[in-house]
Parts: sequence; C-alpha cells; structure tokens
Amino acid sequence: MLSCKQASRLISQSLDRPLSWRERFSLRLHLALCDMCTQFRHHLYTMRIAVRQLTRRIEQDEGLVLPQEARNRIAESIAGKQ
Amino acid sequence: MGTERPNAHDWLNEHGDYLYRFALARLRDPHQAEDVVQETLLAAIQSPTFEGKSAARTWLTGILKHKIIDLMRKQAREKPVENLGEDSAYGSDSLPDEPGMDEFFTGDDRHWADKPQRWGMPDGELEQKQFLAILQNCLDRLPKKLAMLFTLRDIQEEDNEKICKDMAITTTNAWVMLYRARMGLRKCLEINWLGHH
Repeated sequence: MLSCKQASRLISQSLDRPLSWRERFSLRLHLALCDMCTQFRHHLYTMRIAVRQLTRRIEQDEGLVLPQEARNRIAESIAGKQ
Repeated sequence: MGTERPNAHDWLNEHGDYLYRFALARLRDPHQAEDVVQETLLAAIQSPTFEGKSAARTWLTGILKHKIIDLMRKQAREKPVENLGEDSAYGSDSLPDEPGMDEFFTGDDRHWADKPQRWGMPDGELEQKQFLAILQNCLDRLPKKLAMLFTLRDIQEEDNEKICKDMAITTTNAWVMLYRARMGLRKCLEINWLGHH
C-alpha cells in the first residue's frame, strides 16, 4: 500500500507523464481508500484549470498597459534601428 | 525594401499592450515583460520573414514566445540551484525522496499532516475573480523558477521535454520541482481560500 506521500507524488507526476501500469494500479488502489489523496488530486486539477484562466485573464485585461516610460524607451530603440 | 517595410511604431501602438500582457502573464515581472517586448520588436524589424498580409499580432506573439523562453533559459543558467540545492544530486532513473517535503506529512509519511480540505469551488464571477487573485498571490510567493515552471507546464503551451531543455534541467528534476510547486501552491491556496470563506 502506498503512503500518502508516495501517492501524492504519483498524482502530481500523472499530470506530467504517463504512469506505468504498476503505478496506475497502486495509485487506483490507494485512491479508492483515501479521501484525502482524492481531494488532493481534485485540487491539482482545479489549479491547472485556474492557472489557465488566470493567464487568459491577464492577457485580456485591457487595464494592463505597457507603461508610458517603457513605451517611449522602446519607440526610441526602434527609431535607432529603422 | 525601404518603403515596403512595415512600420514598427505601428506594431508598438497596435500590439504593444497585448504583447506586454502576454509576457507579464508568463514572466510575472513587469520589467522583464517590458524588456522582452522591446527585444521582440527589435527582432521583428530585422526579420525578413514578415509578409505584410499575415496577422501581425500572431507573428509578433510567436517571436515573443521565443524571447520569453530565451530569458528563462538565461535565468536558469545564472541561478541553476536557486532553491533547489538537493535536487542536483539526484540520478535520473530513480525518484528521490523529496527533502523538505516532511512538513506536509506525518513522521512516517503515511498520512497527511494537514488533511486536504474540501474547497467550496468559486461560484460566480466575483468569487472566481477572488480565487484567481489568491492564486496569483500564491504564485508570487513560490520561488520564481518553480512558479515559471508550473505556469508554463500547466498552461500546456510547451511540452515537458522542451521546457526541461530550455530550463536546463532533467525530466526527473522537473517532476520533483513541479511536485514541490504544486504542494506549496495547494497549501497556500487552501489556507487563503478557505480562510477567505
């Protein structure tokens, strides 16, 4: 039987690589008996979705603009090259 | 060439803000975001490949992605062991027992020290916003390299292999780092999201 530490590590890795047959089996067994690790897995899925939403939100946030100072600096450097 | 050359000042005016936000979402640092936007436009001027008809924003974003990766690679090289001390000693085929993860588990590792709680999931626009604000806050508290790796990995624009190559780490190291990032982030979210309720 996996410890919760081992199980949590496998759950994390299952987001990054395909688990082996043996790993999948022992993880499934653990999850069937452990609400906490099941909750943990759910949290990781939630975090993955949330970080995508956060990225989209920042990309679409019209209030976030290139600061004027940086804009001037960039315009100058462009002028120097053209 | 001369008169046909697209005007980089137009690019700056029309796409500068978007490019800046795109970079900011990934680098999480305003100054670095400004710098990569500048590098992107400078590279764009000198690139012969732009066809005036293709979407300038898409093309510029493609250049920007490369600039962001370049920057991360440079940072990874400058501070290869930032917050990772022990990891460098790990071999590539056996997974180490993570040092520093003890706080999360009971002494024998069998159980969680603090049981993962049921999160009331954000409901509605306002709560959603608050949840994402807490996420952002928690990401800012992670070691920078972990936060970058986690973000890049979980928005899944790059596959693992490529990220690892770019950040000059082994795949095993990446798994360890991602595990740490997720454990730290999850704990931070739990404390702050549940505390907020």
